[in-house]
Amino acid sequence: MTEPHVSARPAPPPGPARRPALLAGVPARRETSVAGALLVSVLAASLLVDGFATGRNAGFLILDVAAVALIALPMTLVIVTGEIDLSVASTLGLTSAVLGRLWLAGLALELIVPLCLLLGALLGLMNGLLVTVARLPSLAVTIGTMALYRGLAYVVLGDRAVADFPFSWTGGAVAALPGTPVPWVALLIAGLAAAFGVLLHATAFGRSLFAIGSNADAAAFAGIPVLRAKLWLFVATGAMAALAGVFWTMQYGSARADNATGLELSVVAAVLLGGVSIFGGVGALPGVLAGVLLLGTIRNALQLADVPSDTLTVVTGLLLIVSVVVPNLLARAREHRRRRRSAPAGPG
Amino acid sequence: MSVRTGGPEAPVHRARGARAARRARGIRELGVLLALALLVAGTALVNPAFLSAQSVRDLLLGATLLCVLAVGQTLVIVTRNVDLSVGSVLGLSAFATGSLFVTFPGLPIPVAALAGVLVGAGCGLVNGTLVTVARVPALVVTLGTLYVFRGVDHWWAAGRQINAADMPREFLDLGRLGLAGIPLPALVAAAVVLATGWYLASYRSGRELYAIGSDPAAARLSGIPVDRRVLAAFVVNGALAGLAGVLYAARFGTLDANAGLGLELQVVAAAVVGGVAIFGGSGTVFGAAVGAVLLTTIGSALAVLRVDPFWQQAVVGLLILVAIGMDRLLAARSARRLRVADAVGGDGRPGPAGGRGEQRRSTS
Repeated sequence: MTEPHVSARPAPPPGPARRPALLAGVPARRETSVAGALLVSVLAASLLVDGFATGRNAGFLILDVAAVALIALPMTLVIVTGEIDLSVASTLGLTSAVLGRLWLAGLALELIVPLCLLLGALLGLMNGLLVTVARLPSLAVTIGTMALYRGLAYVVLGDRAVADFPFSWTGGAVAALPGTPVPWVALLIAGLAAAFGVLLHATAFGRSLFAIGSNADAAAFAGIPVLRAKLWLFVATGAMAALAGVFWTMQYGSARADNATGLELSVVAAVLLGGVSIFGGVGALPGVLAGVLLLGTIRNALQLADVPSDTLTVVTGLLLIVSVVVPNLLARAREHRRRRRSAPAGPG
Repeated sequence: MSVRTGGPEAPVHRARGARAARRARGIRELGVLLALALLVAGTALVNPAFLSAQSVRDLLLGATLLCVLAVGQTLVIVTRNVDLSVGSVLGLSAFATGSLFVTFPGLPIPVAALAGVLVGAGCGLVNGTLVTVARVPALVVTLGTLYVFRGVDHWWAAGRQINAADMPREFLDLGRLGLAGIPLPALVAAAVVLATGWYLASYRSGRELYAIGSDPAAARLSGIPVDRRVLAAFVVNGALAGLAGVLYAARFGTLDANAGLGLELQVVAAAVVGGVAIFGGSGTVFGAAVGAVLLTTIGSALAVLRVDPFWQQAVVGLLILVAIGMDRLLAARSARRLRVADAVGGDGRPGPAGGRGEQRRSTS
């Protein structure tokens, strides 16, 4: 949030000079380094941690990151436009509570689930309207709706837990694809990731999101419907958070108002780790997926190695800071060198 | 604004516009205060016990921590930054204070308290250095240090818990006793609010924090040492979070590594409800303090009014939305006033103040 207009974004390097020959063909982008870190950590964990490189464990890992991955997809697009949505975990909780309440009321799950997704879209629509029509800053709005939606979740379900869902749903949520250890939700995430990836990187709408994030005023002058685009992104985020809520409820077999409390910060951390700039205008979906998997891998490996969870917390935080600090310092050092070289040429 | 040359009477009109803008901001804080007064009066009308000495004492005690944290957060938010790590800093400092008593049983209380504050200031220094030297957005840095500080806290505690029996009786009494019926922590919080408010309003460096938040680039160009001021804001905020940790230790007596967990967004919410603009440049610590008291009072008021306690958080959420909506309305009004004052006083061109305000809101 410091100085959105003058901040030194990590600029692309001036040329291939000073890069190791081995990496000459690889573009020096954040996605690449996150993917590299993911690869290294998977290799290291496979070699060093007993039981990491098994199909069963891979399945656990994917189930573990599923909710974060589902929400991180639309969140990437939101942050690319320079906005943020901190209410996602509360949307997840409210969806879960409503799901439990409707199930208690005797509705069929086949009916409840679409209703829950619709509810999520409406909650997202409310965020979107407050940001685009009332023109309120999304950071403040979604801190407000974070409290509001979580509060409504308690109003709906209190502190009860609804856990008598049929096994066909709870077992089905974590079921693996036949003949493989891979849970089917991995396919769902991959499909949705491909859809969001194409939307962001290969359509005019997606490209316009980068323009909006770089300079919303310029984008508006260029004829991009800035507010409408943002509105739809908030609706999509709400719907995806609701999908994550349905999945979460079935995965853990329990509908509670306090489900996934605090998950919003994990999602934002994964997105930022994946190379998306908090100022908007910069980011790529593959990087975010790598970021989500990187956090999941480290978490999983440390747990298998019986490293206490506090180490994990520290590692998560350090990773997030280092992933932003290092490129920034490198960019500044480059800038400094460039300035010193060009200084003798003339004043100023 | 000083570049444009209007007619001779232009400065007068402009001063009137600025006064109108200041009045609008004053209205904002009055609004929160009024909401608080209405809440307290309404609740007391239904149940007079709400204003009993014991109940008021509990209210003040409950608001103390959030109040101190909101004051520090205001310093940071005003410069167009944010500190999400305050909950973790509070936890770390509370545990540090407690374990000092465990390790050195005879330690004088002021030394332990000072150590807690210093731990907080150290955390603030880490945040501020990363923001100003590495030029990383504060939201990202403090989200990272939120995890790091909490992790260090867990590491240190290693599942242990510090109990009231481990701390000197006099220290725990500080959390409960008071002067003339007002609990001591509440007095500390009031002193913090007054001192910080006075500093922000009256000192050059305090005013410069607002200039930085309004337009960091312009502040830099006009010779304000932006990095030093922002760093100082983070350090002071950290120190205040450390102080809140010491107060937490004194009040609750039982410390594990989860003290202050999840407090950060409540703190930001208190500041926002109190009229501190999330994108910097405006707001006062008085507003933030009243916002903190309002947020904590709602909980007890709803309980007294026999509203289902599950409604509490939803009401807080609604309040935040109403507060930022009101900010938007007041900002639009004072921008219009400024524009009118500019148009009347000078060359008839639309004033720059309104235009810039509009632009910043639409991009941020």
